[in-house]
Amino acid sequence: MTDAMTDAIIEVKNLTVGYGEKIILQRVSFSVRRGEVFVILGGSGCGKSTLLKSMIGLTPPMAGGVRINGRNIVTARGRERKNILRSFGVMYQSGALFGSMSLLENITLPLEEYTRLPRAAREAVARMKLKLVGLSGSELKIPSELSGGMQKRAAIARAMALDPGILFLDEPQAGLDPVTSAGLDELILTLSKKLGITFVIVTHELPSIYAVADRVIMLDGRTRGIIAEGAPAELRDHSDNPWVRQFFNREAEHTA
Amino acid sequence: MDSSADTARLSPKNAPDGAQVLAITGNLDATGVAALWDQATNAAARSRGGLTVDASGVSGCDGAGMALLLEMRRLAEAGGASFRLDGLQERFAALYDQFSPADIVPSDAGVRKPSLPVEVGRKAYGLLDDIVSLVAFVGEFSLAVVKALGNPRRVRWKDALAVAETAGANAVPIIVLIGFLMGLIMSFQSAMPLRQFGAEIFVANLLGLSLLRELGPLVTAIILAGRSGSAFAAEIGTMTVNEEISALVTMGLDPVRFLVVTRVLAAMAMTPLLTMFFNIAGLIGGALVMLSLGYPLVSFINQVHMSVTLGDMLGGLFKSAAFGLLVCAIGCQRGLRTRGGASAVGNATTSAVVSGIILIAVCDGVFAVVFYVLGW
Repeated sequence: MTDAMTDAIIEVKNLTVGYGEKIILQRVSFSVRRGEVFVILGGSGCGKSTLLKSMIGLTPPMAGGVRINGRNIVTARGRERKNILRSFGVMYQSGALFGSMSLLENITLPLEEYTRLPRAAREAVARMKLKLVGLSGSELKIPSELSGGMQKRAAIARAMALDPGILFLDEPQAGLDPVTSAGLDELILTLSKKLGITFVIVTHELPSIYAVADRVIMLDGRTRGIIAEGAPAELRDHSDNPWVRQFFNREAEHTA
Repeated sequence: MDSSADTARLSPKNAPDGAQVLAITGNLDATGVAALWDQATNAAARSRGGLTVDASGVSGCDGAGMALLLEMRRLAEAGGASFRLDGLQERFAALYDQFSPADIVPSDAGVRKPSLPVEVGRKAYGLLDDIVSLVAFVGEFSLAVVKALGNPRRVRWKDALAVAETAGANAVPIIVLIGFLMGLIMSFQSAMPLRQFGAEIFVANLLGLSLLRELGPLVTAIILAGRSGSAFAAEIGTMTVNEEISALVTMGLDPVRFLVVTRVLAAMAMTPLLTMFFNIAGLIGGALVMLSLGYPLVSFINQVHMSVTLGDMLGGLFKSAAFGLLVCAIGCQRGLRTRGGASAVGNATTSAVVSGIILIAVCDGVFAVVFYVLGW
C-alpha cells in the first residue's frame, strides 16, 4: 500500500452523542482509512446506529467533530454540506427504498437531482449499478415486489448512484439467510477491491465480520466508548478484555 | 474524484481506411459526460464502417463515464458497425470489462399502456371487489358489535375512552367555531332580504330548523370525516403495513372487535354530543345577529322555541349518530384494506374521507325520504 491509500478518509474526534440528558457515547475518536472495510460493532443498544447517524450528519453530536475527506460535516452548512453529503452513500437498515417508485427510478432520482446527465445516460448508469449488485432485469419492479435480500442490494445500488467514495451500511445482513448474507459479503468485497470504495458497516453478524472486515471498533454501552480496535481475528484470539473475546467467540455472559 | 481534472472533450479523427476514430480526453465524471453525451451517442449511432474510441487521454472515469462508453458501443453495434476501445487505463478497463452492452438496453417492453377496454374492465372489477369487501366488512362488524353487546365486559372500554377523547372532546373547539360562524353568517345573509318585508324575526325559524334538522348533523359529520375518519384510516393502515394487524390475527384477536368496534362505538356516542355543541354555537351566532338588528334576546328565543319541536332535534341527533357510524366504520375499513407501503396509506386516507362524505350525503337523502314518509 502506498501512503496515499493509507490516509484517513473519515476522522472522528472526541465525539459525544446522546439524546436529551442521556449520553450514549462519550469522547469517541477513531479514523477510517481510504479503501478499507471498517466495521462498527457492539452489543445491542450500545450506540452503533447513533454513531453512524452522527457520522452521516443526521444527528448533530453534543460535542466533537466528524471530518469526511477533511471537511467537518458537523459545522458545514449549505453548499459545503451538500458537497460532503454527495461524497458518500448510505444504505439504511430496512432499505428505505421509495415504495412508489421502480428500482430504476429509485436509482435515477439522485442522478436527476445532482447531475445534468440526459435521461438515457441516467438510466444506463442505473442499469449498470443494478448489474453490479446482481439485479439485472428487476429494474421495473417496485420495492414491495422484491425479497428482503434483493431490497438490500437495491438499496446499495441506490447508495452508489453518484459513485461515492464511501458507503455506510447499517446492518446490511440483518434478517438475511446465510446464503444471501454471504452473497452480500462477496458484493462488499468486490466493490471495495474493484472500485476502491471505503465501507463503514454497522453489524453484529460474526461470519460477515470475519469475511469482510479489515478493521473493527467495538463499542461498549457501559463505558460509553470504544473498548477494542483492530483486526477481528486478532481481537478474538488476543484481546485482553474478556467481554471482547466472548463476543468474538459467541459465548454467553455468565457473570451477570 | 480529482477536482483538478481537465474537462472532458470529444474530437473526431478520420482514420485512413475510412473507419471513424473518436478521441475522448479528460475526466469522464457526471459533469463531463453530461456535456458529451448527445454528441458522442449521435456519432456512435452514425458510424457505419466501424468505430474506434481512443480513450488514452481519459484521466478519470466513473459510473457515468462507463455508461457513456457502453452506450457508444451498444449504438455502434446496433447499427452493424464494429467497435473498438483503445488505450483505456488498466484501472478503468477492469471495471469496463465487467459489463456488456446488453446490460444497459432500455427495456420498454414491460411498460405498455393498457388499452381502454382493459382499463375499464380493471376499474369495474376493482369497484366490484370494493363492494364485496364492504359487504363482508358490514357483516363482520355487525357480528362483532352483537358479540360486544352480548358481552360488554370484553369490549376494551379504555381504548374507547381514549378514542372518545381524541375524536370527541378534542374536536369541540373546531365544531364550536364553525357552528358559531355558520349561524352568524347564515342569519346575517338571510336577515338582509327578509328585512325588505319587515320579516327579520323569521330568521330565527330559518336558523333553528335548518341547523337542528340538517346542517348540524351534516357539518359535524363532515368535520368528523376529515378529522377522525382519516385518522382511523391512516392509523389502521399503518398498522396493516407494519404487520401489526397480522400480529393481532395470529394472537387469535379479531382486529374488527379489537380496533374497529371500540373506535366506532366511541365515535358514534360522541357525534350527537358534538352536533349539540354545533347547534348551540350556531344559535348563539344567530342570536348575536338578531341582537345587533335590535331584537331583544327573549323574542329570538321564543321564536326558535315556537318553530322547532323536540322531534326535530332528536331526529337530527339520531341522524348524526348514524353519520358517525358510517364515517368511522368506512375509515377503519379503508385502513384494514391497505396493502403496500407509504403511498397506500395515503390512498386509504383519501379514500376514507371521500367515501365518508359520499356516504353521509346518500344517507342524508335516505333520511329525508324516510322522515317525509313518517310525517316527521
